[in-house]
Amino acid sequence: METFVFDGTLEGLLTAVFYCYQKKSGRVKIVSSAHFYPDVFQQHFEVVSEDDKARRVWAGLKTKLDKQWMLNFYKSFLSEQPPAFQHLVDFARYIIDNEPGAESNYGNPDVLAISQLSQKVHREKHRMEAFIRFQKTSDGIFYAHIEPDFNVLPLLIPHFKNRYADQKWIIYDLKRKYGLFYDLEKVDEIVFDFSEEMSPGLNALPAQLLDEKEELYTILWKDYFRNVNIPARRNMKLHIRHVPKRYWKYLSEKQSDAI
Amino acid sequence: MYERIREKLGILADAAKYDVSCSSSGSNRKNENRGLGDAEGTGICHTYTEDGRCVSLLKILLTNHCIFDCAFCVSRRSNDIKRAAFTVEEVVELTINFYRRNYIEGLFLSSGIFKNADYTMERLVRIVKKLRTEERFNGYIHLKTIPGASEELLKEAGMYADRMSINLEMPTETGLKILAPEKSHEEVKKPLGYIQQSITQFSDEKALIKSVPKFVPAGQSTQIVIGATPDTDKEIMHTANAFYKNFSLKRVYYSGYIPISNDSRLPVIGSQPPLIRENRLYQADWLMRFYGFNVQEIVNDAHPNLDVDVDPKLSWALRHLEHFPVDVNTADYRMILRVPGIGVSSALKIVQARKFGRLYKDHLKKIGISFNKARHFIRFADSPVQLNDFEAGHIKGIILSESHSKYQKNPYNQLSLF
Ligand code: SF4
Repeated sequence: METFVFDGTLEGLLTAVFYCYQKKSGRVKIVSSAHFYPDVFQQHFEVVSEDDKARRVWAGLKTKLDKQWMLNFYKSFLSEQPPAFQHLVDFARYIIDNEPGAESNYGNPDVLAISQLSQKVHREKHRMEAFIRFQKTSDGIFYAHIEPDFNVLPLLIPHFKNRYADQKWIIYDLKRKYGLFYDLEKVDEIVFDFSEEMSPGLNALPAQLLDEKEELYTILWKDYFRNVNIPARRNMKLHIRHVPKRYWKYLSEKQSDAI
Repeated sequence: MYERIREKLGILADAAKYDVSCSSSGSNRKNENRGLGDAEGTGICHTYTEDGRCVSLLKILLTNHCIFDCAFCVSRRSNDIKRAAFTVEEVVELTINFYRRNYIEGLFLSSGIFKNADYTMERLVRIVKKLRTEERFNGYIHLKTIPGASEELLKEAGMYADRMSINLEMPTETGLKILAPEKSHEEVKKPLGYIQQSITQFSDEKALIKSVPKFVPAGQSTQIVIGATPDTDKEIMHTANAFYKNFSLKRVYYSGYIPISNDSRLPVIGSQPPLIRENRLYQADWLMRFYGFNVQEIVNDAHPNLDVDVDPKLSWALRHLEHFPVDVNTADYRMILRVPGIGVSSALKIVQARKFGRLYKDHLKKIGISFNKARHFIRFADSPVQLNDFEAGHIKGIILSESHSKYQKNPYNQLSLF
């Protein structure tokens, strides 16, 4: 089996699919360069991303798949999981080689994998829409940082842009070291260095950067969270299933009352 | 200033928490004015309490002063507790500031009755109006109707709220009369009927004129407290069913009674709320709303209470083995939906996937059905030859021994005081 090495981008992955057809390859093994360890006995083909080729494959898929499935494809890609790349390439070829409608064959392992992976990514996107906690800075920007398991930031843009149309906001992914900034007009990608005084572990900007009312609202929110609990119904197992512990450090209501 | 607002929020959030409605979905209020918020699409639970309930709205009372004395309510007149009331501005500010920080999807506002119904309702209306018109707030607003408020105020409230509700409180009129002599089901039906009429009227107008304002776009709901009165599940489900039918309610909520007062008419303080029963009622409600079950099939004279040990779908199947096994490769979607262990999305996947070839055990497992439960009720391409019919009790035994219910560790004390 041939091995294709690509640069880890969606464009690269789609270009790889293009080459499968151009080179009339059988089933290929796809690896991103970050996960690739060259092997002296094995030849591999280095895929160079090309806009043009990627676009043609994307357009080809679009003739067979509806919007939802195109989105599923993209979401699965954002999972950043190495096995996902293989499923995506195999899925793309399966769709291209078959009559429209093939994507509802849940008996096919790639169809099933894409539908499940995209669901996982979607779930985390949804969780971020819920769990992001903004803090208002003294210059009026609402700031939050997160560390999602998957690269969901691009998926969050429409939601937050729509919802917070009249306030400036930043959502920063600490793990992938980039963020989104909405300036009341458009959303841009931003990158910045964390200064020493920022504590990346907590969703807390240093007090001197915050709006004077910020502390009050954090306290009120924690108060509220405590007050709506009904001790007679306590069920921590359920609580943790809904709010997995790995997200706690960014949830103001789950931070111990240091204030 | 800090302390005062903290105290008020403490009191008025605490008193509002027994209302179980938390939904923030079903509206269609888009952010079209470049203002704040958006209430379109499915709701978001922003966090969960330690008891596992979702927090999506700032749920508070405007005040816990009340001229009435309903036995099951913390705010009742005779209860010796601290009283507080928010100002209109305070509620607006809390809502906006919580929303801007992405803590909540919107506001759930309810109130004890001070002075009289209209006086209270008028204040609730002022809050929602200010949020919508001055703050250009498009988040979700659920407003609790004050029983006895005038039609004009209800109508005005409906112009700004996404959902309105009024609680039935007790499943039967008799039960309610015992605990809240000043209330009646009739009083609940009146505003429900009036709002429903207005909703229909507005949507009729919408067909003719484009710019008709939204009127309660997420519809109405109600809540039934269970376990405070001796009603059977049959009475509860039939009441719910009638209200779904007659008032096109979006949801009926079932709230297991949590004893909060020393009243001889009610379970004593400290007794465990009937959590399993509450859960079973929600499951039964789902069967009516999404699985095509008729209320009669779920609870009837022969079967007046839902089973505690198995869910209502399994319970129905065990009582109706004549419909099983269902062949997943040929059966109607409707029948596949009735198989214990197969949910709506798996049922859909099954009917889609089988167009491509017969479904085997492996497919079914991957599609995500709970196979261990479903296997007793289905046939599939490689199902083992069935020697003879298992009887219901045997199947139930196997399923129970293989599953561990999340409630097993909870005490089973479903207090019967009557
Ligand atoms: S009228 Fe409402 S707030 Fe007042 S006591 Fe009855 S249930 Fe409680």
